[in-house]
Amino acid sequence: MMAFLLKGLARDRSRSLFPVLMVSAGAFLTVFLYSWMYGAMGDLVSSNARFDTGHVKIMTRAYEELADQIPNDLALLGIDRLLEQLRKQEAGMIWAPRIRFGGLLDIPDEQGQTRAQGPIMGLGVDLFGPLSREVETLNLQHALVRGRLPKQENEVLISDEFAERLGVNIGETATLLGSTMNGSMAMYNFTVAGTVRFGVAAMDRGTIIADIRGVQYALDMQDGAGEIVGYTENMLYADEAMLKLAEKFNNNFSRLDDEFSPIMVSLSQQNGLAEYLGLADKVGGIIVGIFILAMSIVLWNSGLMNSLRRYGEIGVRLAMGEPRGSVYRWMIFESIIIGIVGSILGTLLGLAIAYYLQFTGIDVGNFLQKSTVLISNVIRARVTGWSYIIGFIPGLVASVAGTMFAGIGVYRRQTSQLFKELEV
Amino acid sequence: MEVIKIENLVKQYPMGGQKFTALKNINLNFEKGEFCGFIGPSGSGKTTLLNIIGSLDMPSEGSATVLDRKIEKLSHIEAARLRRKHMGFIFQTYNLLPVYTVFENVEFPLLIMKMSAEQRKRKVQDALEWVGLTDKAEARPAQLSGGQSQRVAIARAIVKQPELVLADEPTANLDAENSYNILETMVKLNRELSTTFLFATHDEKVIGYLKRKVYLVDGQVAKDEIVKLKEGTEAQRHKEK
Repeated sequence: MMAFLLKGLARDRSRSLFPVLMVSAGAFLTVFLYSWMYGAMGDLVSSNARFDTGHVKIMTRAYEELADQIPNDLALLGIDRLLEQLRKQEAGMIWAPRIRFGGLLDIPDEQGQTRAQGPIMGLGVDLFGPLSREVETLNLQHALVRGRLPKQENEVLISDEFAERLGVNIGETATLLGSTMNGSMAMYNFTVAGTVRFGVAAMDRGTIIADIRGVQYALDMQDGAGEIVGYTENMLYADEAMLKLAEKFNNNFSRLDDEFSPIMVSLSQQNGLAEYLGLADKVGGIIVGIFILAMSIVLWNSGLMNSLRRYGEIGVRLAMGEPRGSVYRWMIFESIIIGIVGSILGTLLGLAIAYYLQFTGIDVGNFLQKSTVLISNVIRARVTGWSYIIGFIPGLVASVAGTMFAGIGVYRRQTSQLFKELEV
Repeated sequence: MEVIKIENLVKQYPMGGQKFTALKNINLNFEKGEFCGFIGPSGSGKTTLLNIIGSLDMPSEGSATVLDRKIEKLSHIEAARLRRKHMGFIFQTYNLLPVYTVFENVEFPLLIMKMSAEQRKRKVQDALEWVGLTDKAEARPAQLSGGQSQRVAIARAIVKQPELVLADEPTANLDAENSYNILETMVKLNRELSTTFLFATHDEKVIGYLKRKVYLVDGQVAKDEIVKLKEGTEAQRHKEK
C-alpha cells in the first residue's frame, strides 16, 4: 500500500511537486529571515563588544558612574597586578587594558605649522603584549587600508576616511592634543603607521588607535588604564555567565566605600544594551513568530486544499471499504513526506544563502553615514543551531496540522452521500 | 441462497423541522446470482435503498440483512469491512484514480484487503481479461474512452470476486453502443461468477437486461417483476437497429 501511494504521490505533481515547492519556499524564507535577523542583532552586540563594552568591563566605581564622559582622571591604577590576578583567576577569559580618550589631531607641514587638524576619538590598546589578542579582536590586520600595523609605541593607526580628509600620508607626524590624567595639557607626536577602515561608520569618521604604552606615556597614565575589557575565548557573548562573573568579581574586589575600587559590569549592563538585548529578543521573536505564523497559515491552507482536492478519490476509497482511520493516516503520512522533503530542501537553501551572507554580508554603510551607533557597516546573517530546525515549524508542523485538520472531514463524511457526490 | 433480506424497512431524513420518509415499509429478498434493478424516477428511493444494502447508510426502522449481517447493527468499521470483502461498487462517473494505470486502479481494492503481490497480479489479470482490457493494462484513465473507463470500473468492482455488486446508473454517461457492451460484460460476469448485481436505474437499456425489476414509487415497492429473458435479446435488438 505504501509503495502504491508513494507511486501516486510521485506521479501527481499537484500532490507532490507543487506542495513540496510551497513548503520549501516557506521553510527557506523562515530559515533565511531568522538567520538574517539573528545576525543583524548579533552584529550590533558584537561591534559594541569588540570596540567598546567587551563581554565584561572593569573600571573604577567613579569612572563607571561617568563612563560616557571618559573620565581618565578616575582611571584604574596598578593594572599590571590586577591583570595578573585576572589572568590567573579567570583563565578562560581574554583580558585587555584599554584607554579611551578624546582630543584633537594636528597634522603639521614641513615648517611645523598646522596643515590640517580634526577632533578624534582615540583608543589605546595592547598591540604588542605576548598575551594580547587585540589585533585579532579589533580585526586590525584585515581593516588595514594603507601602511602597516604599529611596531613601536609612538606609532598610530588612523581611520582611512579621516586620513583622507586631513590629507595624511603614511610616515607623517600626527600630534595629539588632549589632556593628561591629571588635567594638564597633553601633547604627543605620533607617527602614522597605517590607515584602517573599521567598517563602523561612527569610528571611521575619526578614530586613532595606538599601543597603550604610548598612550599611557602621552596622557601621563603609567600603569593605568581607563578600563579592562574581558572576552570569552570563543568570542560569543553569554549574558548569564557574564553577569555571574561580574557578581563574583565585585564580591571579591569592589568596595562600596571606595570609589576607586574596581567594578566589573557585563555587556548588558552598559550603554543601555540590556534594554536593547531584551527589545531585540522580543522584536526578533515577534517578527520571526509572525512570519512563522503567516507561513504556517499558508502551508496549513495548502494542506487543507490538497485534502479537499482529493475529495473524490477519498470517497471512492471509503466506498470500497477502506476504513476511515486508514484513509486519515495515509493522508497524514503523505503530508509528513511532503513536509519533510520540502522542509529539508527549504532549510538547505536557506542555510546556503545564510552561510553565504554570514561570510560576505551586505554593506549598508551608505545608510549609516551619520550613525553614532557602534554597528558594523556590513550586516551579516548568522547561522545558529535554530537555523537548522526553525524551517520545520511551518514546513512540517503546519502543513501536517493543516492536513490533520482537513482530514477530520474524512470522519465527518456521510457515506450515504457517496453515490451522489461521486456522480458529480 | 439468500444474500439480502429486507424487512419492514423505513428510511427517514430530517428536512427542515420535519422528517422526510424516503423509503416506506420495504420488504424484499434477493437470492445469490440475481441480476436485478431498482427502477423508478428521481426521488423514488432507489439510491437510498442501494445505499442501505451497500452499508453506506442505515435504516431508520426495520431491518436489512446483507450476507448474514444486520446492516443497522454494524459499526463504521464493520460496515467498511463488509464492503471491502464482499461488495463491489460501480459509479455513474467511473471514478477511476487518474494518476494510476488501469492495472493499478483494478489492483486497489486488493491492496486495501492486504492481498499478496502475486495474488493481486493474478486476480487483476483475470479481471482485465473478463472485461476485455488486457491490452490496456498500462494505460492511464485519461487515455481511455468512456466505455473502456466503465469497463475498468467494473473490473475494479469484480476483481475480488464479491458476492454483491452495486451499480448506480452505470450507463448514464455512455452512448448506446458502449452501454450494451458494458451490460453484456456484466451479464457474462453474473453468469460465470454467480455474482449478484443490483442496479439503481431508470435507463431503458439497463432495464432491458434485468432479470428482476423492482419498481419504486415514492419510496414504496410498486411492482416486483421477475423476467425470463432470452440471452442476447437486447444486444440483438441493438444490433438490428
